[in-house]
Amino acid sequence: MRYIPNSPEERHEMLRGLGLGSAEQLFDSIPADIRLSEPLKTPAALSEIELLERFEAMGAKNAAARRPSFLGARAYSHYAPTIIDSLIQRSEFFTAYTPYQPEISQGTLQAIFEFQTLVCQLTGMDVANASMYDGSTAMAEAVLMAERVTRRSRVLVSGAVHPEYMQVAETYVAHAGIELQRAGFDDATGRTTIDESVALDTSVAALVVQSPNFFGCVEDLKALAEKAHAVGALLVVVVTESASFGILRSPGACGADIVVAEGQSFGVPVSFGGPYVGLFATRDKYARQIPGRLVGIAYDKEGRRGFVLTLATREQHIRREKATSNICTNEGLIALAATIYMTTLGRQGLQEVAVQCAQKAAYARRAIAALEGFSVPHSAPVFNEFVVRAPVEAKGLLQRLASEQHITGGLALAPYFPDRPNDFLVCVTETNKRGEIDALVEGLKEVWSLESGV
Amino acid sequence: MKATPHITQNEGLIFERSQTGRRGYRLPALDVEETALDELLPAELRRDDYLEGLPELSEPDVVRHFTRISTWNYNIDLGLYPLGSCTMKYNSRLNEKVARIAGFAALHPLAPEEDSQGALEVMYELQQHLAEITGLSGISLQPAAGAHGEMTGVMMIRAFLDARDGAPEAGKSPARNVMLIPDSAHGTNPASAHLSGFTVKTIRSTSEGLTDLGHLRELCSSGDVAGLMLTNPNTCGTFERNIQEICRIIHDAGGLVYMDGANMNALVGVARPGDMGVDVIHLNLHKTFSTPHGGGGPGSGPCCCTSELEPFLPVPRVVLEGERYRLDSERPQSIGRVKAFFGNFGMHLRALAYILTHGNDGLREATEAAVLNARFIAHGLSDTYDQPFNSPPMHEVLFTDKRQTRKGVHTLDIAKRLIDYGFHPMTIYFPLIVQGAMLIEPTESVGRAELQQFIDAMKEIAREATEDPNLVLNAPHTTRIGRLDEAAAARKPVLRWRPSEKTATA
Repeated sequence: MRYIPNSPEERHEMLRGLGLGSAEQLFDSIPADIRLSEPLKTPAALSEIELLERFEAMGAKNAAARRPSFLGARAYSHYAPTIIDSLIQRSEFFTAYTPYQPEISQGTLQAIFEFQTLVCQLTGMDVANASMYDGSTAMAEAVLMAERVTRRSRVLVSGAVHPEYMQVAETYVAHAGIELQRAGFDDATGRTTIDESVALDTSVAALVVQSPNFFGCVEDLKALAEKAHAVGALLVVVVTESASFGILRSPGACGADIVVAEGQSFGVPVSFGGPYVGLFATRDKYARQIPGRLVGIAYDKEGRRGFVLTLATREQHIRREKATSNICTNEGLIALAATIYMTTLGRQGLQEVAVQCAQKAAYARRAIAALEGFSVPHSAPVFNEFVVRAPVEAKGLLQRLASEQHITGGLALAPYFPDRPNDFLVCVTETNKRGEIDALVEGLKEVWSLESGV
Repeated sequence: MKATPHITQNEGLIFERSQTGRRGYRLPALDVEETALDELLPAELRRDDYLEGLPELSEPDVVRHFTRISTWNYNIDLGLYPLGSCTMKYNSRLNEKVARIAGFAALHPLAPEEDSQGALEVMYELQQHLAEITGLSGISLQPAAGAHGEMTGVMMIRAFLDARDGAPEAGKSPARNVMLIPDSAHGTNPASAHLSGFTVKTIRSTSEGLTDLGHLRELCSSGDVAGLMLTNPNTCGTFERNIQEICRIIHDAGGLVYMDGANMNALVGVARPGDMGVDVIHLNLHKTFSTPHGGGGPGSGPCCCTSELEPFLPVPRVVLEGERYRLDSERPQSIGRVKAFFGNFGMHLRALAYILTHGNDGLREATEAAVLNARFIAHGLSDTYDQPFNSPPMHEVLFTDKRQTRKGVHTLDIAKRLIDYGFHPMTIYFPLIVQGAMLIEPTESVGRAELQQFIDAMKEIAREATEDPNLVLNAPHTTRIGRLDEAAAARKPVLRWRPSEKTATA
């Protein structure tokens, strides 16, 4: 095996030096009846050439990767500067581990410190951790943290939070004594509604809202923060499209107490759903309740500045079952990619990307809304995603659009909201050229006219 | 000595490098008719800080910054990285290339199933291989890391027991609520058990570093045991040779056995957890199957279980129907989703590439080489350092600082001095039950000469600890910065840069 430095002869010599006659004897402490008597049924080794051929062939079967796409819904195709992938492939970054030994891990530690700072700046919060697995698990951890902070056990989650995020939260809190309750949303605006039916009262630990929400609508976070704070509950804001930070008022400025986000938009490929990176930020006063790793400044005896993992007494390796979370390994390399993205785009670029997304989405939304039979049902402002109501079932329409026009037109909402068979979610980013948007509009028109026989 | 001081000593934070007006990107010009900003989004919903404080840098600024700070990291490509229970093995470039094939990297997770067949095939095939390797047929690739896989596994145990014994009445705890965990276990085990609603009880280890069967039987007699979380080989580097008996005791008591797969690099191709009586296990693809550790993730922690537990795995499942792969969410007994989408797919690709590159005999060869390397170190250092247990180690070997403490030198000092010899230190002070623990896992990815260099360095440090303890106590001497005051950092935590902060001399 070419990844093993010691040749079979060398290994034989090493065995002899240990007084062993065969490699099998290395495993004498394993009872014979549970040792494999036959080789694994795994196939024989492939060469590099054969391996690449196999994967290229499997990759080629993913037709959806090769055509224009208007899919979003918490995974977004954005421009990623070439230097990101080049830098994260440096051995020093991708083949290092958790910075347990700060003297020889300052590169990783400083990058995490920079990541934490950038996340604070974008979210408008005081303190951010070194990352979570993704946006969905970050939201679940925020729910658990809200219970720790408030000692209350009911959590209200907006009905316009991504349904799969809700499912993850349900799994996480199943045994935590927390009751999750869904608040509604307004059909006309597409925004969260808090009415008498959900009892936002002093038993509520947190109100969880997503903005832009699952339908793409931007929530009135200030008003929601006031409602939550009036009963002593925390406002948890979830962001699945981090490109929106470039233009939308930060959740921190609107009164959020915990902000969690999916950071995939920051230079990370959609890669069939992962690995992505969860952002987690909060107020200074809750810093000791944060889940996961934190990096802080420390000095050596000469007064030189460095960075260390800190406030570790919150964590599982010290507190064991009393830890703030069970998380250990997080998403270091993806957080680094996001850090390089935020640095390269920088102050100007993050704003420009956000404005381009919003402009192109507005262009697409106008054009689709003008199509005979199609409408955009929600009145609230949107960032780069919006719901379209088609004159026919969205699922079939999108299938025909894919097979006949070679465009992935968006996401049918029926699997999440069975009462909305004709609705689908369209996402436009700075990577969608005008020609693609025009082709989408034309394609919808054509497929519909064929279906309706007009 | 391998380490050298180097030239990039003074790279500040990116915020300190920033210069107003610099740019590191260019977007195509907007190609649609522009809408007035106020019409797009009303002013009260827009930021009014114009992202003040975010960096402004040219592309070379960014490349130099990250390249410079990267040189302050030790890494596997540089040499032996013997963190015990972390399996820091070689990360092949080929696997990186595979993960970047456009047909995978540019594939949206919500794309129609019929147009994502290749990706589903990758996941399905990886599942088949992991089932063969573990001897457990039910697999979910959804968990994003080891601790996430643990949480998934113990939640499945909870769901299985509730289905078998009847769920408790609302507001009451289930009758079987105790998760047994050895005192040598990784901290994520009790944390995951707690998150899943279990009460943790700790099992003692014997003087051999093995699970104390007497204590286990005693704890099992109370009738409230839901299960056991066991790492095997355990964190003392020893195979739990009574594993079948341990599983029998737990099963007879009505519980299930969860195995932490952190140390599977000792077993692949040699023995299978499913054949030992284990009910559910998580694997760390970033350990055993060489997906890069990335400075602390992304990991991937698939859960593998018996057919009895399979209905409880997270949804969606990847299934094969005829010749089509499909995502199946119709599993009423499932614990639900543990993460959006299907797991860290990029890691699934790399792990599959690892398995196919090794083939059946390569997988076993890697295991043999890993255990042999650990044995070689154990043999080389047994005269110099105290070994708390006599049993022959598997893929990692445990020593203590007992002999060195006489001169005031402790495990931390030995670890720091190793840095001066050009090595990343081993895992220290873990397992917690062994005072001054040093847990060394060389993996199969290191050659004989370098193992010998490591042994020589450790022996040299032991000599220094006797003859010149101050040299060791003040180590490292060759790094850019010295030991950092972590206690002060935790007392007054500074967790982010702020514009007011003075540029310190670093």
